[in-house]
Amino acid sequence: MQIELTINDKVVKWEVANDEFLADTLRSHGFLSVKKACDTSCCGLCTVWMDGKSMLSCSVLSLRAHSKKITTIEGLPKEAEEFAQILSAEGAEQCGFCSPGFIMSVLAMKNELVNPTEEEIIHYLTGNLCRCTGYMGQLRAIKIYLGVA
Amino acid sequence: MENVGQSIRKIDGMAIAMGKPVYTEDLAMPNALVVKILRSPHAFAKITSIDISNAESLEGVECILTFKDVPNARFTLAGQSYPEPSPYDRLILDQIVRYVGDEVAIIAAVDEKTALLAMKRIKVKYEVMEPVLDFEQAIGHPSVVHPEEDLSCNFEIGLQKENNITSSSHEEVGDVDEEFKRCAVVVEDVYYPQAQAHTMMETYRAFTYLDHAGRLIAVSSTQVPFHIKRQLARALQIPASKIRVIKPRIGGGFGGKQTGAGDVFAGLVTLKTGKPAMIIYDRKETFSATTSRHAMRLKVKLGADQEGFIRAIDMQVLSDTGAYGEHAPTVLGCVGHYTLPLYNKTRAVRFDGKAVYTNKMPAGAFRGYGATQGTFALESTVNMLAEQLKMDPTEIRLKNISKVGETFLTGQGVMLGSSTLDRCIAKGKELIGWEEKFPRREVGYNKVRAVGMAITMQGSGIANIGTASAEIRLNDDGNFTLLTGATDMGTGCDTILSQMAAEILEVPMEKIIVHAGDTDTSPYDPGSYASSTTYVAGGAVVKASEELKHKILAQSAAILGVAPQDVEFDGLAVRTISGDQEISFAKLAELTILGTGKLQLVGYATQGCEVSPPPYIAGFAEVEVDQETGKVDLIDYVAVIDCGTVINPNLARIQAEGGIAQGIGMALYEQVRYDEIGKMATNSFMQYKIPSRKDVGKVRIAFEESYEPTGPFGAKSIGEVVANTPPPAISHAIYNAVGVRENHLPITPEKVFLGMQKL
Ligand code: FES
Ligand code: FES
Repeated sequence: MQIELTINDKVVKWEVANDEFLADTLRSHGFLSVKKACDTSCCGLCTVWMDGKSMLSCSVLSLRAHSKKITTIEGLPKEAEEFAQILSAEGAEQCGFCSPGFIMSVLAMKNELVNPTEEEIIHYLTGNLCRCTGYMGQLRAIKIYLGVA
Repeated sequence: MENVGQSIRKIDGMAIAMGKPVYTEDLAMPNALVVKILRSPHAFAKITSIDISNAESLEGVECILTFKDVPNARFTLAGQSYPEPSPYDRLILDQIVRYVGDEVAIIAAVDEKTALLAMKRIKVKYEVMEPVLDFEQAIGHPSVVHPEEDLSCNFEIGLQKENNITSSSHEEVGDVDEEFKRCAVVVEDVYYPQAQAHTMMETYRAFTYLDHAGRLIAVSSTQVPFHIKRQLARALQIPASKIRVIKPRIGGGFGGKQTGAGDVFAGLVTLKTGKPAMIIYDRKETFSATTSRHAMRLKVKLGADQEGFIRAIDMQVLSDTGAYGEHAPTVLGCVGHYTLPLYNKTRAVRFDGKAVYTNKMPAGAFRGYGATQGTFALESTVNMLAEQLKMDPTEIRLKNISKVGETFLTGQGVMLGSSTLDRCIAKGKELIGWEEKFPRREVGYNKVRAVGMAITMQGSGIANIGTASAEIRLNDDGNFTLLTGATDMGTGCDTILSQMAAEILEVPMEKIIVHAGDTDTSPYDPGSYASSTTYVAGGAVVKASEELKHKILAQSAAILGVAPQDVEFDGLAVRTISGDQEISFAKLAELTILGTGKLQLVGYATQGCEVSPPPYIAGFAEVEVDQETGKVDLIDYVAVIDCGTVINPNLARIQAEGGIAQGIGMALYEQVRYDEIGKMATNSFMQYKIPSRKDVGKVRIAFEESYEPTGPFGAKSIGEVVANTPPPAISHAIYNAVGVRENHLPITPEKVFLGMQKL
């Protein structure tokens, strides 16, 4: 089936199968920042935005992206880079495999939560797993990014 | 120092954080065949017939391979230096399948759907056999996991296949039984650290193709490119000269990727078809058909005199290596090697261990490599001993730990070159608030808080075995290229190795290009494991850089017409000490490489060490336990680390925080479980819980630097030692909170609750 969607501000028409998931469609069109690390909607690595809200692209059929606005990290070079610079200054992108999905969640959180507390930050990002860093460095980076102590 | 000791960001940091296409799958050719594996549903069975005709005829299926199509040479997937101590006990595909998930057939097709459809059409008949599932019943079990005649070992590892014993290890100094008789206090207990899954976020994957010269190229998410090359050569029975292994960026390893996974299957498909092939293990396969940490049973007995000096240690270990013996003998040995040297007031020490085959997923290398299991058992017993002696647990450590310049009983006279473990303990006590908090206090609502602690060590490289080479050259444009075989898996070794080179050559890091992890161009390096990279590969980089520096000085002096001792480095140039002449690196390069000089300057070194200096950690946990439900919350974790000189504080801290989170997972949450027919019950993140950011509490890291005389800039390792303290420290804290000593990991609320009922 053909779907029409906006991907990183560009309108595209893509041929997709009925049982195809958005993460795979995105990767097959070269949006290789989108990673997958589970088959059970548990890890958060495939996080992208749909109409500005973060979502798990591994769990949404590509058909559902029809007429939607999809944003990947490739579409937010400036915002993402600002945070990525802080993250990597902390050394908290260890293998980096979880980083793009994590960054998409952090940027969404920034848009959604005003002056979040540490608990709120942790709660918001619980769905983004990371096996390398133990999360502390990511939290330090977020606090610097949001300008909270 | 300008570079060493600085928190320099990783040279690949922005690319990986921003999701640039730098990992294996990103680099695969779009037309690569998709390789899938049909896996055994039985824990132990013989294939009596296998019919692929219906699958083969499917359009888009390129090839289907069974045990009849593979070379008949047994090999090991363990990524270890040749000759590997792990037994050669597997074929690419075997007629006997030894665990649920063992490979039965390889399917290659144009796309995933076709491959999966073909898989369904393969008809296999099995003669099902009685599996060995309980590792404590493996020795003497009527079923023999590896009856085959052609299983072989490079060394005498104490293998007795008819008894399902993969390897045996025994070490004894002094008369342990006599010594126990003389001790005022003797304690002993039995511990069961569980199988743990690595769960690196990037699952196992490789893609293979034939290059212009017909050589097999494997781009692999591996920690051990050179070992994968050797494995492929042996398994596929082709000359190693026909193979090149390239490691791109990899999404985590933790030791898992020190064992080969899909490379041989993709490689075989490429050889048979001549086409590029890609294999990606899904999460289920990664959980259930690769490796885990070795589950073990450890009996530890400790004896001390009246004053609290530990005089005798006895450790008996049974290790479950699963269906294949990857890393079985070495992990077993490391249980003792990385724990017994902690305490050296001993008069007698005995270690006895066996690794056994069972019909479960193989165990393999996992960060900590036996030390993690050994530390849990030994340190928990030391905590028991302290209680019996009515000593503070920190005091008994301070009284018994090995100090700089000292030897230990099983150490064959090797002296300890560096340690600040005493300072680590003191600092940790202060940071956690030990004096006020030990052992416990009520905090209301039926909750109680308590603290616990443990210490640990590891090695830095493998003494007399691990060697690494490095090459650094002055390029035609005045920049440098550093070639190393070290395998950056996110840990940042490409960065820290260039920090070291930059420090020696007194140039900014941007002047150094690092090229690593490619068996065609890198000098040999065993790979990133055994806590080797900073210490061994770092040592090679320092030596190679020093050699290049001398050559640059000598060559510059010759060109300037002065004696070598009359010149020095100055920025990107060499100048005379008198200051009246100078030659830039760019000019030097021009004259030596491009012009009449005819001599490209290269520094080269191979480093191997006679010692494996231990890094140390003192770990402290504070927990809150709900006395009604048994729920444990980790409140605070403090780890104070002696890894020698810290080369890059930020990267070292992240290593520590990440390793501790894995240790927390092992202590409280994670367990690989099987059902009664031997099928893995924990093959997704739904059933296998790794810590989320809500589960790690607060982890705080501090460094107490020592200076290791044999290390580059005084550095030791950090990668593995960080995983070891949480299980014993958290277990200790829980005991101090509610009196439950739970020796079966993980310590779940149910176990704590049931334990409290029994008190
Ligand atoms: S891939 Fe794991 S949640 Fe989407
Ligand atoms: S940095 Fe490796 S999984 Fe997060």
